[in-house]
Amino acid sequence: MAKVVSPGVQALRDVVEKVYRELREAKEAGEPVGWSSSKFPCELAESFGLHVGYPENQAAGIAANRDGEVMCQAAEDLGYDNDICGYARISLAYAAGYRGANKMDKDGNYVINPNSGKQMKDADGKKVFDENGKPVMDPKTMKPYATTDNIYEIAALPDGEEKTRRQNALHKYRQMTMPMPDFVLCCNNICNCMTKWYEDIARRHNIPLIMIDVPYNEFDHVNEANVKYIRSQLDTAIRQMEEISGKKFDEDKFEQCCQNANRTAKAWLKVCDYLQYKPSPFNGFDLFNHMADVVTARGRVEAAEAFELLASELEQHVKEGTTTAPFKEQHRIMFEGIPCWPKLPALFKPLKANGLNITGVVYAPAFGFVYDNLDGLVKAYCKAPNSVSIEQGVAWREGLIRDNKVDGVLVHFNRSCKPWSGYMPEMQRRFTKDLGIPTAGFDGDQADPRNFNAAQYETRVQGLVEAMEANDAKKGN
Amino acid sequence: MSIYTLGIDIGSTASKCIILKDGKDIVAKSLVDVGAGTTGPSRAISDVLENAHMKKEEMAYTLATGYGRNSLEGIADKQMSELSCHAMGAYFLWPNVHTVIDIGGQDAKVIHIENGTMTNFQMNDKCAAGTGRFLDVMARVLEVKVSDLDKLGAQSKKRVPISSTCTVFAESEVISQLSKGTNKIDIIAGIHRSVASRVIGLANRVGVVPDVVMTGGVAQNTGVVNALQEGLGVEIKTSPLAQYNGALGAALYAYRKATK
Ligand code: SF4
Repeated sequence: MAKVVSPGVQALRDVVEKVYRELREAKEAGEPVGWSSSKFPCELAESFGLHVGYPENQAAGIAANRDGEVMCQAAEDLGYDNDICGYARISLAYAAGYRGANKMDKDGNYVINPNSGKQMKDADGKKVFDENGKPVMDPKTMKPYATTDNIYEIAALPDGEEKTRRQNALHKYRQMTMPMPDFVLCCNNICNCMTKWYEDIARRHNIPLIMIDVPYNEFDHVNEANVKYIRSQLDTAIRQMEEISGKKFDEDKFEQCCQNANRTAKAWLKVCDYLQYKPSPFNGFDLFNHMADVVTARGRVEAAEAFELLASELEQHVKEGTTTAPFKEQHRIMFEGIPCWPKLPALFKPLKANGLNITGVVYAPAFGFVYDNLDGLVKAYCKAPNSVSIEQGVAWREGLIRDNKVDGVLVHFNRSCKPWSGYMPEMQRRFTKDLGIPTAGFDGDQADPRNFNAAQYETRVQGLVEAMEANDAKKGN
Repeated sequence: MSIYTLGIDIGSTASKCIILKDGKDIVAKSLVDVGAGTTGPSRAISDVLENAHMKKEEMAYTLATGYGRNSLEGIADKQMSELSCHAMGAYFLWPNVHTVIDIGGQDAKVIHIENGTMTNFQMNDKCAAGTGRFLDVMARVLEVKVSDLDKLGAQSKKRVPISSTCTVFAESEVISQLSKGTNKIDIIAGIHRSVASRVIGLANRVGVVPDVVMTGGVAQNTGVVNALQEGLGVEIKTSPLAQYNGALGAALYAYRKATK
């Protein structure tokens, strides 16, 4: 049963639902729709009234819906290396027409033995269905066993029983029904894997690629040469979008979208800042869910309003000394990296058991793009976590650790995200040296469950708790 | 009246128990060569009680640690991570300890200690290189017993580098050395250095502060210990109780709990 959530949280969910719905409707109406990397200046497409989907958000959703493994496998079967980011693998498989589907045998019944590929039979040799005649579920996920099917293959089938059966077996949640793109928007402030990923999609679908190249920034400021370089790319992007949309660039509309994006960013940052209260009025784990809004709907006024509503709810909690966190806060930690979406329950379990509230998430403020003119916009988009120097990265985090009163850091060594994981050992060393707090790292993956082991994770979390307790004892708390 | 406590360490490849009297005297210990998910834990527990001529009811407090610690719910009063238990055990044996290097069956860890409590640690990632499992795999390829690696490697006269950082790659490296006719003994010494070099990386991330103590099953392999001493440039202390260190720490924490 779905948990009852506050009006603010519900409003945030509704916004994301609406973004996906409008995207599907635009596609059905024959409008060109795009796919965009999450830190591409969304203000542009928004001002042209172009609808876009966000493959990173989509891949996270697919992984959380437990189709990450089969989609990654489908990409690997196409020849993409297992070392490529899991989001990229999921998205590339999706772009090639693969979809999560319920696994069936050739008679169209759900298969429940994933090894033999056959239906499990009972002692009398009868196929096992539950008392309602429904297919038996995977005992672990309580879902029918998943596989992938290909929409192009299905489309090529003659109308008939097989076609219908395969169509019906496809998973239909919103991330698995995101329409195919007519253009792609890529900004490599995220990482360089992004560049090749979007080039691949553009080539596969033979569609325009709008690319904004953001150089890695080794300084604590963005120099003018880079601003000029990126602004000239924005000019080209605007021309390309004029062609795609058949509309002229409208500065007033653009201005309005920028205002919305700023308003959303500010409200989002305000929500994030409530984690500074001790105890915190909410669990920072929730921010991972709310990120969907900041990624897919930054430029929309509804997103700003929803975050403002949530902020007012949190304000009320602070006043009343209450919290929406499902457990009592015993320690406050920073969670570094993207969560393991396919393994959220396993990730959450030892945090809950030990009263670890997440009060620091770098991933969250990383989306708070606030600026007041076009140069400011360019500069804001230059400051993504993986495109700034290690000193800048350490400064951001140490600020967060101080402000949000963090006692320890849990680092996800994310096998998908090499740039992010690569600099973490040095950052861990700095946190301990500069701030005297313990850190612990665990191996995992944001989208591919094959790279995570719950028992290893639990030991590391427990170790972190014990080190934090020792630290507290030393400080006489 | 004396207070007896039981520490149980269920590792991935061995189960170990220690009974402690008044938090200072080791009354009995036991070791069974299989770990979590086997009959090892229950056998180790009955062995240690038998060795001590005692009953489980006589234990004032029982604390479990190790990879399989959570399977002992109902038997143990509390579970703690092997990190803190190793820190505690080492501190009991060597009061000046600041760094513990523990190489077990499937993980390697380096722990920084202040006054007997762990303040920081690093563990290996998912890779098995630099753990006991790496030595098991190599011993099989070389057709020798794991327990013989130590004395065989000690006879080595020539440096053969085993440089691959992955267990599977290193396995093929060893096979190609064998087919080139390289002396097994020199390969074994190379393997010891290879394990050490992985752990040195972890140790440097935590910072190596003497006294440095090595615990866990691999501490019995002087080849690895020597390679670590050479690489880190510090003396490394070991004890015949090395493999029981986690269980010892658990029994010590149990004593703290029992007397609180
Ligand atoms: S930043 Fe990391 S997670 Fe995101 S697309 Fe790049 S590699 Fe993947």
